[in-house]
Amino acid sequence: MIEFTTWDILRNLLLAARWTVVLSLVSFVGGGIVGLVLLFLRISKRKSARAFAKYYIELFQGTPLLMQLFIAFFGLGLFGIDVPAWLAAGLALILWTAAFLGEIWRGCVEAIGKGQWEASASLGMGRLQQMRFVILPQAMRIAVPPTVGFSVQVIKGTALTSIIGFVELSKAGTVVTNATFQPFTVYGLVALIYFALCWPLSKSSQILERKLNVAHRNH
Amino acid sequence: MNYQFDFGWLFEYYPQIVKGIAITIELIAVGGVAGISLGIVCAWVRALGPAWLKPVVAAYVELIRNTPFLIQLFFIFFGLPSLGLQLGELQAANLAMVVNLGAYSSEIIRAGIQATPRGQFEAGASLAMSPFETFRHVVLVPSLERIWPALSSQVVIVMLGSAVVSQIAAEDLTFAANFIQSRTFRAFEAYIVSTAVYLLLAILLRQLLAMVGWAIFPKRAAR
Amino acid sequence: MSLIEITDVRKSFGSNEVLKGIDLDVEPGEVIAIIGKSGSGKSTLLRCINGLETISKGSISVAGAQLMDDEVHLKALRLKVGMIFQQFNLFPHLTVGGNVMLSQMVVKKTPRPVAEATARKMLERVGLSQKFDAYPDELSGGQQQRVAIARALAMQPIALLCDEITSALDPELVAEVLAVVRELAAEGMTLLMVTHEMKFARDVCSRVVFMHEGRVHEAGPPGEVFTNPQTPELKQFLGLH
Ligand SMILES: Nc1ncnc2c1ncn2[C@@H]1O[C@H](COP(=O)(O)OP(=O)(O)OP(=O)(O)O)[C@@H](O)[C@H]1O
Ligand SMILES: [Mg+2]
Repeated sequence: MIEFTTWDILRNLLLAARWTVVLSLVSFVGGGIVGLVLLFLRISKRKSARAFAKYYIELFQGTPLLMQLFIAFFGLGLFGIDVPAWLAAGLALILWTAAFLGEIWRGCVEAIGKGQWEASASLGMGRLQQMRFVILPQAMRIAVPPTVGFSVQVIKGTALTSIIGFVELSKAGTVVTNATFQPFTVYGLVALIYFALCWPLSKSSQILERKLNVAHRNH
Repeated sequence: MNYQFDFGWLFEYYPQIVKGIAITIELIAVGGVAGISLGIVCAWVRALGPAWLKPVVAAYVELIRNTPFLIQLFFIFFGLPSLGLQLGELQAANLAMVVNLGAYSSEIIRAGIQATPRGQFEAGASLAMSPFETFRHVVLVPSLERIWPALSSQVVIVMLGSAVVSQIAAEDLTFAANFIQSRTFRAFEAYIVSTAVYLLLAILLRQLLAMVGWAIFPKRAAR
Repeated sequence: MSLIEITDVRKSFGSNEVLKGIDLDVEPGEVIAIIGKSGSGKSTLLRCINGLETISKGSISVAGAQLMDDEVHLKALRLKVGMIFQQFNLFPHLTVGGNVMLSQMVVKKTPRPVAEATARKMLERVGLSQKFDAYPDELSGGQQQRVAIARALAMQPIALLCDEITSALDPELVAEVLAVVRELAAEGMTLLMVTHEMKFARDVCSRVVFMHEGRVHEAGPPGEVFTNPQTPELKQFLGLH
């Protein structure tokens, strides 16, 4: 039997962690774009658009991410596409992320006082202009901390893609465990790598939040 | 797409599904009650507890909140035996959920405690209550009431997250879906059905938690 | 033809009828004070004129243009009528200059240099030209409200609606805002203002409208309305018995 040093284990895990990072970025950026669309639908004047966004968000927030991954993986297969794991993983994570970001951002938009809508309306601005020049610039400020905070959930969410066979940090953990028979060390290290990725984001989210609160109190 | 949907297997396999649902419910019931209890203890430590314990609890909370549940589960199930702690699938799943919800709920509850007006602590002290008595009788319930909606959402999130316990062969709803798809090759249908069941469970759980909230915070119901 | 024609306007919130048939014509250059008890529908009336609320019945026209509930008509109306709010509602993320320039640039597509020149002129008018680069939270309430007036004026409206624009101000700041309004009135701006400043209404306004339970209960020149109220409700409101 080959001997694995802790360094061998760590090196393999770190190599796989690159894919965790890539998938997280793709999901976050893609989810952000779709989430922005959802936000606009959710606060649209059209009832049907609002209802669609509402049910979309409830569906994706009310079911397990793992099931969404399975359905993307096997569901896309029904269209006769041979679905690679990365495609199903990316798609499901983007749609899932969008639901959460859309909802977070809606909260931020709704936190902007009615007076801002009324004042901009009374100056003759249309709805898109109000959003673009008055509401979003203010909402974006308060959206930063929870958005950064949610990126941690996205990174952790990518761990589930190992279950449909995408090889990232968690999958590598299983593979390396099967080769080394050292689950305690391997999963401990896997956890530490996730921690190293997530903790700075959690912390900055907290700090940003605190800064924002202080700024608010000074107004 | 010329795929024929087939839900005929439901008749044959519904016992598996029912069993899976029962286990998922058991997991969230135990995880919910024990997890929130652990969360209250940890929140107390971080807000008012002994100084030496604070960093320990803080480390636990940060570690859990910044690592995936799946890895926590694997660590408990596959890793702990090398420390001599061998757990069955269900025990490991239960423990993982308690540990996970304990960390999240402690942060939520702590926020509720921190929002307590200073005067409440001072009033308690002026009535000769110890800090712990003040916490227990004056601060805790209003704090929980304040954050009950956030706590409820977290319980639902943990319930949905429990789907991964199928990966250590705990026979929950997802396990049932996996089992059925491996027998019938009706993967899509099996997952659609179990997803619908999860959605239903999430809605019911949210209702249940709202009702629990009315029961323990009667003021809220009166409002 | 009057500048603003309000004909049999009714407005309900659910089953609560707040405006019960308002008729009011405003001539160019008129300065009208709207007074009345809390809840009598004063704000609702102004908000209807600006299209912030949709009316349930009746019609409102401004300079011959009907108020209708679509974006094109609303925009046309709002270009003619400016509104000042009790809570100022300045845009906190923009400087004072930015506040005054924004709608000129995005609504009227005015080029930036022109918009800036207009903004400076309007700020000059309200006595705040030196605050062009300040942010709203660096100003006092009175200064913020004067910026709000400049912001509305920059759109070159033919009438201004003012809803209790001094009610959120500390007493010592009320005068500086009223002085600006007084000046506007003297320059011939058409003004419709809800106010509790009876002395100001008496000095500056050409007409006083007393609203009671969603109706125009009594109206006339301030001399008559204040010294010789006809109805018991107005007498009670003015504290005369
Ligand atoms: N958006 C709304 N929804 C429901 N009811 C409303 C709404 N806006 C106003 N009302 C009701 O309409 C009535 C008149 O309100 P309005 O604000 O016009 O009164 P007001 O004369 O301006 O009073 P105040 O002097 O207090 O400002 C009140 O009874 C109020 O409760
Ligand atoms: Mg009012």
